[in-house]
Amino acid sequence: MQIEELSGTELAGKIVLEGQVHGESGRGRVCEKPSMGTKEKNRKNGAEGKKQAVARPEAEQVKEEGMGDEIVREFLLESNENLDRLDRELVSLEKDPRNRETLSSIFRTIHTIKGTCGFLAFGKLESVAHAGESLLSLLRDGAIELTPERTTALLSLVDAVRQMLGSIERSGNEGGRNDGELIETLKRLQKDSEVKEVNEVKEKKSPVRVAVSKTENGEDAEHAEKREEAAGPPKQLGKILVEMGTVTPEDVAYAVQKQLEGDKRSIGEILVERGMLKSQDLMAAVQVQLAARSAVSESSIRVDVVLLDRLMNLVGELVLARNQILLHTQGVQDAGLAASGQRLNLITSELQEGVMKTRMQPIGNIWSKFPRTVRDVAMSCGKSVRIEMEGKETELDKTIIEAIKDPLTHLVRNSVDHGIETPEKRVQAGKSEEGLLLLRAYHEGGQVNIEIRDDGAGLNTEKIKKKAVQRRLITTEQAERMSEDEACNLIFLAGFSTAEAVTNVSGRGVGMDVVKTNIEKIGGTVQVQTRAGSGTTVKMKIPLTVAIIPALLVTSGGERFAIPQVNLLELVRIKEQNVEKRLERVQGAPVYRLRGQLLPLVNLNDELRLEGGKTKEDGGVNIIVLQADARHFGLVVDQVNDTEEIVVKPLNKQLKSIRSFAGATILGDGRVALILDVRGLAESAGILDVRHEEEAEHELKSEMTDMGSPEKQSLLVFENRAGSRMAIELSMVARLEEFPRESVEKTGELEVVQYRGKIMPLIRVEGMLETENAGTKNAAGERPVQVVVYTDGELTVGLVVEQILDIVEEKVVLQQPAKRPGVRGTMVIQKKVTDLLDVMELIRMNRGKESVVGEG
Amino acid sequence: MSERRQFCTFWMGQRLYGVPVEEVQEVMRGQAMTRVPLAGSAVRGLINLRGKIVTAIDLRKGLGLGEERIKGPLMNVVVSNKAYTVSFLVDAIGDVLEVSEEAFEDVPETLQGEARKLVAGVYKLPNGLLHVLDAEKCVQTGDSGRKEAAE
Repeated sequence: MQIEELSGTELAGKIVLEGQVHGESGRGRVCEKPSMGTKEKNRKNGAEGKKQAVARPEAEQVKEEGMGDEIVREFLLESNENLDRLDRELVSLEKDPRNRETLSSIFRTIHTIKGTCGFLAFGKLESVAHAGESLLSLLRDGAIELTPERTTALLSLVDAVRQMLGSIERSGNEGGRNDGELIETLKRLQKDSEVKEVNEVKEKKSPVRVAVSKTENGEDAEHAEKREEAAGPPKQLGKILVEMGTVTPEDVAYAVQKQLEGDKRSIGEILVERGMLKSQDLMAAVQVQLAARSAVSESSIRVDVVLLDRLMNLVGELVLARNQILLHTQGVQDAGLAASGQRLNLITSELQEGVMKTRMQPIGNIWSKFPRTVRDVAMSCGKSVRIEMEGKETELDKTIIEAIKDPLTHLVRNSVDHGIETPEKRVQAGKSEEGLLLLRAYHEGGQVNIEIRDDGAGLNTEKIKKKAVQRRLITTEQAERMSEDEACNLIFLAGFSTAEAVTNVSGRGVGMDVVKTNIEKIGGTVQVQTRAGSGTTVKMKIPLTVAIIPALLVTSGGERFAIPQVNLLELVRIKEQNVEKRLERVQGAPVYRLRGQLLPLVNLNDELRLEGGKTKEDGGVNIIVLQADARHFGLVVDQVNDTEEIVVKPLNKQLKSIRSFAGATILGDGRVALILDVRGLAESAGILDVRHEEEAEHELKSEMTDMGSPEKQSLLVFENRAGSRMAIELSMVARLEEFPRESVEKTGELEVVQYRGKIMPLIRVEGMLETENAGTKNAAGERPVQVVVYTDGELTVGLVVEQILDIVEEKVVLQQPAKRPGVRGTMVIQKKVTDLLDVMELIRMNRGKESVVGEG
Repeated sequence: MSERRQFCTFWMGQRLYGVPVEEVQEVMRGQAMTRVPLAGSAVRGLINLRGKIVTAIDLRKGLGLGEERIKGPLMNVVVSNKAYTVSFLVDAIGDVLEVSEEAFEDVPETLQGEARKLVAGVYKLPNGLLHVLDAEKCVQTGDSGRKEAAE
């Protein structure tokens, strides 16, 4: 993972910060203006360039220099936002064609665009928008109904407007488009035979709608727009009045009717005149309406992403400076300084959180494009698909949102194109005609999970295997041994596509592997599950942010290096006396036998040609087991230091060419440390190489087995003093430590040790559980205490165990429910009965002990 | 009168070098440096410049200077423009000198090798010569690490 200069690629566009009024939590929420494609953004980036472009002489429409630029830019920004909303609203309108509110909103948007175009003298744009507006006004009045044909025409109108806006942004004019045909279509659709008697429409209607539907077909747009202004956004006066309880809906209906009959006054005036409303009440309602308007506009501002990035960087620096200060205050006996340090600490953390928040955007921002995408794809392949979304508000860092946009779009298209069957086939299979595409997003364990589920036919694993064999991606034997899940994940291999016919949507042989690469680039994972006949689910796990990552710090050759935790599998330490025995060589190449498998070893000192400055504490060997693509390998380092959250910084251009480094970071002491690029390191060490392709595939296969069953968890298996096997989830384990027996101290009944400047309580597993009493194996009195350090937020405890046995990947299937407190249940691991512990429960039990001590 | 230019000058060995003053961001005393393994020999390491990670480049070898150096801590001359920020490691900082364009001369043809690329020319001072460095080229010497590492 080569870390690119972040600021270069991701900044662009603007961010709208919304204040209290919108954010449910009261905190600022960021919604990027989703309309601009990357290209457009890059263009935006050079604000200077754009200014010039707009002001070019041939842009005759810009009449006032300077002033005109500003207006045009505002117009572009605003219109782009509006167009995106139009896409969404048109699609939702198709489902609910009589939703007057949506129709009105669409009408308003088009009208605004048309109006501004007229003002800025974009004639073509205006005429296109006008044609659309006329059609919409008929639709809104119920004179004609929304047919798929009309929706398509309106959507292509949106596309045409978007293209012209793009052209205006690029060159200052509308471009050489000829929209005569589109305008013709829009006009034809106003008049065709489908015009129906509105009264035929049988539906429970509100009085307002009845009133509207009585209007003449030919009502012209100008009139309509006036009415629109009267009932303008954000909330209609009539509605407010009804809500306030001062008038009845019938009164409002009456007033609207009056207006339609040609009364030019506002609803409020009509009502007051008729004596239905007191003028004080009217004033109050108008106040409410105005307040709502200004609240929307004043509580959000646009902020340049460049500025946010700078803020983010500065906060990163502040965090580092804070770390340094805290480091210094530790040695100083000054209460005042300590207190100030503490305050600084808190404020910095809060500030960091706040700035991170400004970069967070709800995933709904990118999802909002999908209804249109789904509709277009479904139309083009004659399918009917409904899209549902759960967890739209789930927030992700802007950089990540940008990075997953394309992969997600691809997956959605894929699902509609290949996943969901045609209506006929669906009916044959006993399903409803309409297919369902479900998008889900939710937070889990510091990551965001995104699922794309369809209820289509599922993947044909036999076909996939055959294809993979045909394409020589796997061998026939491998195919035979493969499980369903493994076979599914073959679609992520490069050069794989099962679509029999290449459609214009997908099936070009690129795609899924690109999706996978892109997701992995930002530290995420993707996997697919399928059930024949009932659908396919693609699951992604995405980190919340890329700027700050957890990393393991190691020392080698006198320098410190950071290894991203994503690549880290486990740490192995070979004691000095065992080195000879445990480190073996294959023709001179060092290997280590890790649970029966030979793990190739790479010495970091050799790999980076680091000489001198040996920092080894003793003759032991530290092996960091890493994963690069599908390969596992052991990296031998002098010293393993600690884990730390690091801020990733890009390397200078001239150092980027060194593949072994992914970037650099500044550590708590202000020194720079290089971040290792595990993949690059593996490549330069020859771990990832064509010669190993076969093995890699084998690895990939076993890898996929693991991936295929998501319920699998890593468990740490250990033995307690009574000799019974126990396990806890590895995700809860921070570290494994050894303490000399004499360092165990007592406070009351509790056993504690001093650990990293803190007092860590120890929990003796066998003491807490009512197993055979401790001391059965007391012979091991002098041996150091083996402690599993468990961390959950601020809480750190040590579980005292007799011996660490292994780390296993197992599906957690509890054979027996818990019988004792502190045990979640019993299961079979490696053919032996093992108790799965409930550490939280154990901690609570231990606390109980503490309070007893307190009372006694 | 001919045009006058200002140079930030510094010493490496017994020679006086300079870069245009507008390219110099700041001058600092020696900083803690982190070595970059596999990088070219000109890259001495990375320094933390108020949160920005900057590559420190030692031009000594490229300029054909020996190990001989002026006593005292190494100084960093941080050169910055839109494309890059790097730090040149030098022995000592000189004055900011204002020189007349008339005093400029190209490097003599007899100067060959890498130094020819790095030195843009010299200004004749009353008491010696001021070697003007081509910052752009100097930054690129850091790149040579690519070739060395590839081998």
